[in-house]
Amino acid sequence: MTHPPADGRPLDLAIRAIDKAFGSVQVLRGLSLDIPDGQFVTLLGPSGCGKTTLLRIIAGFEAPDRGTVTLGAVDLLALPAHKRPVNTVFQSYALFPHLRCEDNVAFGLRSRRIPEAELRPRVREAMETMRITEFARRYPHELSGGQRQRVALARALVNEPEVLLLDEPMSALDAKLRHEVQGELKRIQRKYQITFILVTHDQDEAIAVSDRILIMQDGGIAQDGTPEQVYERPVSRFVAEFMGSANLLPARCAGTPVAVCGFGELHLPAPATWSEGHLAIRPEDIEVRQAQPAVNGVAGRISERLFRGDHWELLVTLGDSSTLRITTEPDQHHSEGEAVWLELPPDDLLVLRD
Amino acid sequence: MSRLPRWIGWASWLGVVILYIPLLAVAILSFNSTRYGQQWGGFTLDWYAKMAANEAILSAAWNSLLLGVASTLIATVAGTLLAIGLHRTPWPRWFQRGSDLAINLPVVTPDIILAIALVGAFAVLREWSAVFKPGLVTLIIAHATFQISFVALVVGSRLATIGRDQVEAARDLYANTGQIWLRVLLPQLMPGIIAGALLAFTISLDDFVVSFFVSGPDSTTLPLLIYASVRRGVTPEIHALSTVIVAGTMLAIILTAWLQTRRDATPKD
Repeated sequence: MTHPPADGRPLDLAIRAIDKAFGSVQVLRGLSLDIPDGQFVTLLGPSGCGKTTLLRIIAGFEAPDRGTVTLGAVDLLALPAHKRPVNTVFQSYALFPHLRCEDNVAFGLRSRRIPEAELRPRVREAMETMRITEFARRYPHELSGGQRQRVALARALVNEPEVLLLDEPMSALDAKLRHEVQGELKRIQRKYQITFILVTHDQDEAIAVSDRILIMQDGGIAQDGTPEQVYERPVSRFVAEFMGSANLLPARCAGTPVAVCGFGELHLPAPATWSEGHLAIRPEDIEVRQAQPAVNGVAGRISERLFRGDHWELLVTLGDSSTLRITTEPDQHHSEGEAVWLELPPDDLLVLRD
Repeated sequence: MSRLPRWIGWASWLGVVILYIPLLAVAILSFNSTRYGQQWGGFTLDWYAKMAANEAILSAAWNSLLLGVASTLIATVAGTLLAIGLHRTPWPRWFQRGSDLAINLPVVTPDIILAIALVGAFAVLREWSAVFKPGLVTLIIAHATFQISFVALVVGSRLATIGRDQVEAARDLYANTGQIWLRVLLPQLMPGIIAGALLAFTISLDDFVVSFFVSGPDSTTLPLLIYASVRRGVTPEIHALSTVIVAGTMLAIILTAWLQTRRDATPKD
């Protein structure tokens, strides 16, 4: 194991201009990315966006066609998978069925011929951290999905990797357990202070655990930002649609800060760079009014009304029969079929890239 | 789902009974004190005692055992390597298909064809070395020849259940190729290897046709001895010997089935 020298940030991961194709399918296209030491990063995207391939390149299971991956001063691509200071939690967990939990956890240390006297306390500590001590003598097939996942995490973390890769580790768990494990992951990442790279297609999961989210699209990065930024300020139509959080409005713009939508004109904070593109606005930023507002008022009719516990969700049909999704406070009462004015404040309108 | 009529169930049991009646008859006759004819003359173990004292039978049993163990060892090692080589090497698809067929073919080839082929092959080899004169060596080679396919099939099907993620996980956990085999793949393959070996041993023990063609005067096996004896008339001693062989074979097959169905060796705590 390499230990960081005192100066600088020698364990930052630098990924440069990675290309990877499988046959005629280009999976990664010139992807570059810097991940500072100790960050919890999520690669988020639909299936086929290249996120798992990128993870497998970092782990050493795939070699890129071009590009470099360095960890501090170490060229990771020059090392075979079994010599990289990187460990993986597999989607299937990939526990060894013929080994007891404790021997699964000890596997990596035994590979490196760590003496048993040193190995035992480390295995015990990792199992305590993951709260699986009571299952030490059990075999994987005797454990539940959640317990197996903890064993998989302990098996990776006991090696004290510089980077932990997590390949959709929660996809096999039910919703309640997933919530628990998300909290757990966050706690463990803080405890170990190592870089976590999580791959998922679940937006809620990404938002819940990450310091930083990278939205991937067609082998490149569509948006790179904090969960708040990615959720609240999507930069492109793809991100807005994928995060599913905002209303998308097709619009035309002629160089002035006014956009023409199907249902009318909207004032923008600044002119758009395109002549034809999309605006986005989040459901909670749209105000429902009884009278026509001074700016960006749009007339519509409530077509559907759903109670969501802590808020109402309204679907309002506009003049061009497009629909806006709006959330309101639980004490605001509207009825289906009611005609309303909507206000889309200019400062809350996001002008997307496309 | 509609249930099948009851008579189908009874019919299938009838099939099982028909299958086992001859074996049962032989077993009963082996305990019958009457030497000739089918009348029941009382229970006896005399035939087993006589069988155990018969020099020819003991020598044939020893030959069969030696042959079975030696050929099974060779076939197990070769068959396991064959399965590993075929399943864990990135061969082109056409090669993979072709070699799968090549492994399956000996399983369905009639014994008599294989026997004649072996006789021909040994005749050619004898030109170079006297080792290939009919005897235990040719028997061992001949048995290993057809056993390899069975071992490769059983081990291969076990290997197919071990996912790629197992190997990647081991590699991720700092294991080199040797460690991956010793600590991950072979332990998981072991039930398949043992099952394949038991199956191969059973087939060797029961083989008559191939042995008949490639054995020599000093390498009579149990099936060959039974055949020779029967030509002089079936004796209760032969019944006893047959019963012992069938019992041994069944034991091996039950063990094989048990090893193949059991996923992990350990009961719950």
